[in-house]
Amino acid sequence: MNTETPILEVNHLKAYIPSSKGEIKPVNDISFSIKKGEIVALVGESGSGKSVSSLSIMGLNASAIKYRPESSILFEGQDLLKLKEKELRKIRGNDIAMIFQDPMSSLNPVHPIGRQIAESIILHKKVSYKEAMKLALDLLNKVGIPDAERRLNDYPHQLSGGMRQRAMIAIALACNPKLLIADEPTTALDVTIQSQILNLLRDLQKEFGISILLITHDLGVVAETADRVLVMYCGEIVEEGNVEEIFENPGHPYTKGLMDSIPSLYGPSKDILDAIPGIVPNPLELPQGCHFVTRCAFATENCHEDSPTLKKHTSGNRVACWNPLIKEGVEGR
Amino acid sequence: MFLKFLLRRLLYVIPMLFITTLIVFSLILLIPGDPVLAMLGDSATHEKIAELRQQLGLDQPVMLQYFHWLNNAIHGDLGRSIFTGQHVDEALMQTLSVTMQLVVVGMIFSIVGGIFFAVTSIYFPNSWMDYVARFFGTLGTAIPTFLVAMILIIFFSLKLNWLPATGFTSLIDGPGTFLKGIILPGFSLSLAGIAVITRHLRSSLLETMDADYVRTAYSKGVSRYRAIFKHSLQNAMLPVVTTIGLLFGTALGATVVVENIFAIPGMGQLVVNAIEQRDFTMVQGVVLVMIVMVIVINFITDIVYALLDPRIEY
Repeated sequence: MNTETPILEVNHLKAYIPSSKGEIKPVNDISFSIKKGEIVALVGESGSGKSVSSLSIMGLNASAIKYRPESSILFEGQDLLKLKEKELRKIRGNDIAMIFQDPMSSLNPVHPIGRQIAESIILHKKVSYKEAMKLALDLLNKVGIPDAERRLNDYPHQLSGGMRQRAMIAIALACNPKLLIADEPTTALDVTIQSQILNLLRDLQKEFGISILLITHDLGVVAETADRVLVMYCGEIVEEGNVEEIFENPGHPYTKGLMDSIPSLYGPSKDILDAIPGIVPNPLELPQGCHFVTRCAFATENCHEDSPTLKKHTSGNRVACWNPLIKEGVEGR
Repeated sequence: MFLKFLLRRLLYVIPMLFITTLIVFSLILLIPGDPVLAMLGDSATHEKIAELRQQLGLDQPVMLQYFHWLNNAIHGDLGRSIFTGQHVDEALMQTLSVTMQLVVVGMIFSIVGGIFFAVTSIYFPNSWMDYVARFFGTLGTAIPTFLVAMILIIFFSLKLNWLPATGFTSLIDGPGTFLKGIILPGFSLSLAGIAVITRHLRSSLLETMDADYVRTAYSKGVSRYRAIFKHSLQNAMLPVVTTIGLLFGTALGATVVVENIFAIPGMGQLVVNAIEQRDFTMVQGVVLVMIVMVIVINFITDIVYALLDPRIEY
């Protein structure tokens, strides 16, 4: 958005879990990049691989998940997958920070909020505990927690859900990270609180130029917040594009299906909400060819045999589909 | 706020204490064996027996005996030993401090050992330390206290001659000799506790290590060491605190065996002698004090739990 140099570049990320029944591939060859100050949304159903992708960046996946050697995650030129644990610790919380879905369980119940924010500061900056607490107070003010001075000594259970998520964001912002990964940051919150939190993320991005990777299954959240959208299905990116283009001109039948399943206040009312037929296939028995073929209304013979790759269309979207819904034609790559 | 919480908890203790006195008093009536006969021997005449009964107040109605005993107990008078004539409260005072020193040492061993084994087992999963910890966790609960005590004596006192097999010196009289004498009985007393705490804390830690807030801690850039000690352990300890409270009671009971094996002049030894001699006032006194101690310890456990877990509302 602001500058063209990507801050994060994920190349051919392939994560797999060896198991006795065969290999599970939660993430199968995805590539994307995030530019400075950009908000990129990673969208998909449960089990589509969005959380595994984000935790790969943090190096926090369970040890059972392995990466293929050709995978790389470049952050400011460093390959995060090749870094040692000790070097990764210097980046975590400092350059890349993360906020999680459920703010109740994600905050330590026996430590006061202020201490939890200060911990991050003390870990990465050479400051005393007192100075760190002062910075923590500033952060609480910044994320819009009223009466912050008193809240500093409050425990998580004394805060409301929205306040907890704000505190969580304050922890993530503690060391001015360059990249913020927000894993379903609003899923556990009320709708009114949701939009407050999203506005807060937007404001912070504008104020500090933080890049944000927003992981969600909620397209409403995407429309409200993101600049660019990546749609994931069964561990692969099936469509990528600017938020306006994706919403106006979805190219992949899966993306279209996701759009149609949003209840709308406008237009003719529907008796039954459109849902994508079928269920996500078992990761051990993925269909041959395009993984979406079992649920796709537009599938042809070709779809059963070869898996499509991402191709750029004139609209600017990149779609991995043999029969994309955009008919203007393919522009190569 | 906290004071109110304390007082409310204390109010729970009072009916419990009352019920305790009832049970302690009536237990003695249910136990077979006539103390008067035991004192006078089989050849005693009927007149003699009746006289002693009257002397001890045993000819009065049971309810009256109870209220008389309770009234005295509240005023700190638990009667005299019907065998030696010694004041029961005096005998208890002498032995209580001995037993408390033994129990406290045993509990320190249990807590330190339990935390050590549980944490190392989590810190080095599937290493030999993990297996040692898990082995201890099973062995400690399976092996009876008296056997541990005898094995320790055979090995460390008789074979290696490192530590004394019997005897007790109070901490105030000589810290050095106290330590030497307390290691073996303390350890015998603690083995079951170590095992229980290791198992409970280990499974509790396994749970909290996977908790979302520990993942958050990692995402802040903390080390594994810090994640365990600063984030996981404090949360994992919460349920274990209750277990530790209960273990105090178990350890108190186990002193009966340990004190007799190591010839430690504590309450455990006192009560065994009293039972053998059918010295029922003495037995009543010891059992009452032991139960009161357990109630007090549970009271303290509740307080500690409330202090450790900020989510508990006073």
